[in-house]
Formats: sequence, structure tokens, C-alpha cells
Amino acid sequence: MKVLTLNFLSCAVKTCKSSSDSFPLHPKEAELAKDDVEINPQLLVNVLPRIDWAALRTTSTELGFPTLPDQPPTAEELEADEKMLQELHTLLMEMQIVEGKLVCGHCGHEYAIREGIANFLLPSHLV
Amino acid sequence: MDYLIRFSQSHETFRLPEIQALAVIEGVDLKVVSYSLDPATNTSESPFCIVTLPSEDAAKRLIRRSILVQTIHGLWGSGPTLEDVHASVQFRTPQFWSRYLTCSFKFTLDSYQGSRTSEEKVRLINSFSYLAFAGPIVMKNPDEEFILFEDWPWGSTVQGIKEPKHYYFGRYIATGARDMPKKLDLKKRRYISTTSMDSELALVTANLALAAPGKLMYDPFVGTGSFPIACAQFGALTFGSDIDGRSIRGDSKKNTLRGNFEQYGLLGGLGGMFTADLTNTPIRRKPLGTNSDGVRGRIFDGIVCDPPYGVREGLRVLGVRDPEKTWVTSKGKEMYKLPDFIPPRKPYSFLAMLDDILQFSAQTLVDEGRLSFWMPTANDEDQEIPVPSHPYLETVSVCTQVFNKWSRRLITYRRIPDAQVDQEAMKRWEAEREKLVGKTADELNPFRKAYFNKFEVEN
Repeated sequence: MKVLTLNFLSCAVKTCKSSSDSFPLHPKEAELAKDDVEINPQLLVNVLPRIDWAALRTTSTELGFPTLPDQPPTAEELEADEKMLQELHTLLMEMQIVEGKLVCGHCGHEYAIREGIANFLLPSHLV
Repeated sequence: MDYLIRFSQSHETFRLPEIQALAVIEGVDLKVVSYSLDPATNTSESPFCIVTLPSEDAAKRLIRRSILVQTIHGLWGSGPTLEDVHASVQFRTPQFWSRYLTCSFKFTLDSYQGSRTSEEKVRLINSFSYLAFAGPIVMKNPDEEFILFEDWPWGSTVQGIKEPKHYYFGRYIATGARDMPKKLDLKKRRYISTTSMDSELALVTANLALAAPGKLMYDPFVGTGSFPIACAQFGALTFGSDIDGRSIRGDSKKNTLRGNFEQYGLLGGLGGMFTADLTNTPIRRKPLGTNSDGVRGRIFDGIVCDPPYGVREGLRVLGVRDPEKTWVTSKGKEMYKLPDFIPPRKPYSFLAMLDDILQFSAQTLVDEGRLSFWMPTANDEDQEIPVPSHPYLETVSVCTQVFNKWSRRLITYRRIPDAQVDQEAMKRWEAEREKLVGKTADELNPFRKAYFNKFEVEN
């Protein structure tokens, strides 16, 4: 799954929903792959307001990518900044997490990723 | 100017909602002048619809991704008799005739539900000789094509009816996307399952949900990916989940959901697929509010799905069916970290699931985002399941595909801005939701019960 997806996912355990530590999930032993995808500036501009920027900074650092600026660019800034567009495109749209785990910072639950598919099903005692 | 749309002869109740959705996508000002839909049967006998559009370019854009439109034409004239058609052509269009004086052209006759002998065809076409086009007549790829459409009553050949009900005469402008369902045809798709949605209706669903380049779409019952593939075909970035990860994973080789995206060259539109249950979803959400900016905190432009009805696919969510069996939970507690652990699931209420979908959509759709989902119902009025509602969602269209004793509906909603929501109605909605309880599959699912009772009314 694309790294972008990670920005939309928190811990599935209901009691974790109220905790800010349950988002973003922290990748562990993550194996990355890169798909070649044509850059789509319109998509990036559209995605921008839906991204939790602080969470994306955390994810980017944890996966070993360059540190993102403190504040998200505005739509106009992003459209004008080719380098930023390319960086975000690579990080969000091209990078895939293929294998590994996603760990909740609140309850410590680990969600396995296999073949690019994360498993968020919970055992009965956590439902 | 008026334009004539010639629909394909299928999925009648989906036609207008589809072109209305396309008008929203393309930002085209569309007015439907005439289209007859019989309210009793909810079907239309006629595949012809007259619309007003600002320009020829708008007409092209309107139908370029339409699955149900065959062609669109500039309407030159129409009427119940041929004389009326000539009168209206001569009244409305003489100013255009000079444009087509020298180009190559052809005339064709399109008789819907009727037939003409070749002598009659020639007679009909020659009756337009006053147009005095002097260019060469070319049957293959002419510059311009003029078509006389005839709308005959059902069974006219058998009953020996001599005249059609109505005539339309128009100049060909463009063809819809009727080849797209063929491209995504299930018969040629690498990996499908018993409940994969056929490509034509999946594409119509994607149109109604306004899938388009730069948009984010989500299917919470993704299965083998029919809806995300249709949305990605229109340029959207797609996400999906399923409680059964095997349907996404396939055989882990070529026959996988990802493999389907690869087959069509749509990998760029594959955002992320994961195993999850909608009632315990990992997707981040904020509680519904009253004054958000319409985007921030929300994620999707569209949600499309065909939830399990409980007939072919059981409707299940995470949890233990029988809470008395505490050993199931305690065993799970010991074992859940094993890689091949499969968490227990319990049957779930169909109506509660529909409410969950609406609530989830209200929380995750941006303003003006759309939810399009399929639900079944019995055709018998007493057993009919009403269209579910939610105060944050406004019903845009209800399309019906009728089978013998039951139908399935494609219902489309629009996420309205927080400020327009009746908060009192929301309180009532939440109170109603608490009432949906039951235990067995039949209690939980009125459609399943009616289906297996052959839709017979109980006394």
C-alpha cells in the first residue's frame, strides 16, 4: 500500500480512538518498494488538505525519508514548487510498504502487512 | 441549443442520473427538455432524450465518459409526423445549412423497434433534398452524418403498424464510452469472484459517485476490486478494504486485486487495499460536527460499494456470536499474535450495516462528496426495504435494476455541508439506530429472510 494510506489509518481498537498516540501508526521492520507512477499535481493539491501534516512528518522520518518542513505548503506554494511536488509525489504516491508491521503508539498492538496488504482485524477481546 | 441523446437500450432508470452526474463532473449546464419515464413501471419505452446544452463542446464533454449514452446529436427537428419534422427543420435551422454545403456527408435512418424497406429508406432520405447539400456522399467516415430517428411502438412489425410514434432529425456530434465496459469485461479479467460487479454497472456507479482525476475513492467491501478498477479507469486514486483479506490477496501470484489493476495499466490509481471490518474500521475519523471547513479532517471524495446482502455472501463483523462461549475470547487472547490467526466473526444486522455505511460516509466524505451503494429489496410493496437516510446526506438518485421477485437499487447521496444539517434530526437518527438488535441471520436481515421464503407474504 502507498505511504499515503498510512496517513488515513489509526489503531482500530475502539478504546484507542480517543488517544492521540493511536495515530499515526508506526511502521516497524518495513520493507519498501517503489512503483513508477506519473506525477499528477492536481491530485497532490487535492490531497493536501486531507493530510495530517504532523503525522506525515513522523511517518516520513520513521521510514528514513528527508524531514518535511514544519508547516504544510499552501496549495499555491505547492503548485509553484516543482521540487516539493516531486518529493511528495515520490513519498505519497510511489513508495509502497510491502512487508512489515504497523504499531499503535497507545496500546502497542501490531498490525501485520503482508504482500502490501495490512490486516486490521482484531481478536474478540479487543472488539 | 437543443441536443438529442440516443441511449442504449438497457438500465433505463440509470440513464438520467448518469448524465446528470456527468454534468456535475464536467461543469456543464444541463437541462432535460423531454424524457419520458413511466412512473408505474419506472422504465422508459423510448431511448431518446432531448436536452439543452450551452454548446457543441459541452455536448461532447457531457457524454465522453457516459456508459449508457450511445450518441449525441444536434437536434434539427422533431415531431409526430414527417411533415412536422420538415417544418421544424425549415423553421429552426436554415442559418446552419450553408456550413455543410460542400463537406462530405451521409444520411442514415435509425428505426427504433421498427423497420423500413430500402425503397422507403430512400424515399425518407430524399425528402430532405431541400437541404441542397452539394458535397460528396461518403458512406465511410464522412465529415458529417445526418440521422433520421424513428421511435416506433413496441411490437410494431408484428402488429402491422404503419407509422412511428415520433421522428427526430439531427446532426451527429459524438459517441459515449460504450467501449469501456468491454475493456473491463469480467470475462476477460484475470481475477474475479462470484460477487464481482459487472463492468458496465461498476462504471455507471463510478460515474454517479463522480470519480475523476485527482479524486480519492473508497470501497469498504472491495472483494476483487470491481468498483476501484472502474473509478481508477476514470482517473481516481482508489482505496479499499474487505473483512476477508483472501479476496484481495487472491492466489498471491498473478490472480490478485493488484494484478487486475496491472492488467488494465491502472496501477497509479491503486492507493491502498487492506483487511478491515467497517464496524471496527482503522480509518481515522472525527466526530460529526457543525462547523467544519468541509475538507479538513475528512478524506474521501467518493465511497462506492456493494455490501453483502447475506444471501450469497454472509454478512459478518468482528466479534463472538455466542458471548457465553468465553473460551473463544480467551483462546483468541493467547493466539492472536500468530501470523495465521483468523479472528472470530459474528452475523450482523443488514439494516445496522446500512446505517454504519451512512454514518461512516458522513464522517469521511468531504462536502459535496458522494456515496453510491447497492442494496437489494423485495418487489412486493409490503416487504420493501425503505431507502435508508442520514441527516448529513441528501439522496441524489435511486436507480433500480429489476429481477423477477426482487430488485437491487443503486442509491446515491451527497454529503451536505455541516451548516445545513438539522441537528435535531441527527439526535433522532442516533436514537433510532440503537433499536436495531437481533440474533439469528434471519432476524438480522429482512432481505435474506424474504429471499429464502421466496418473497411469499406471511399470513
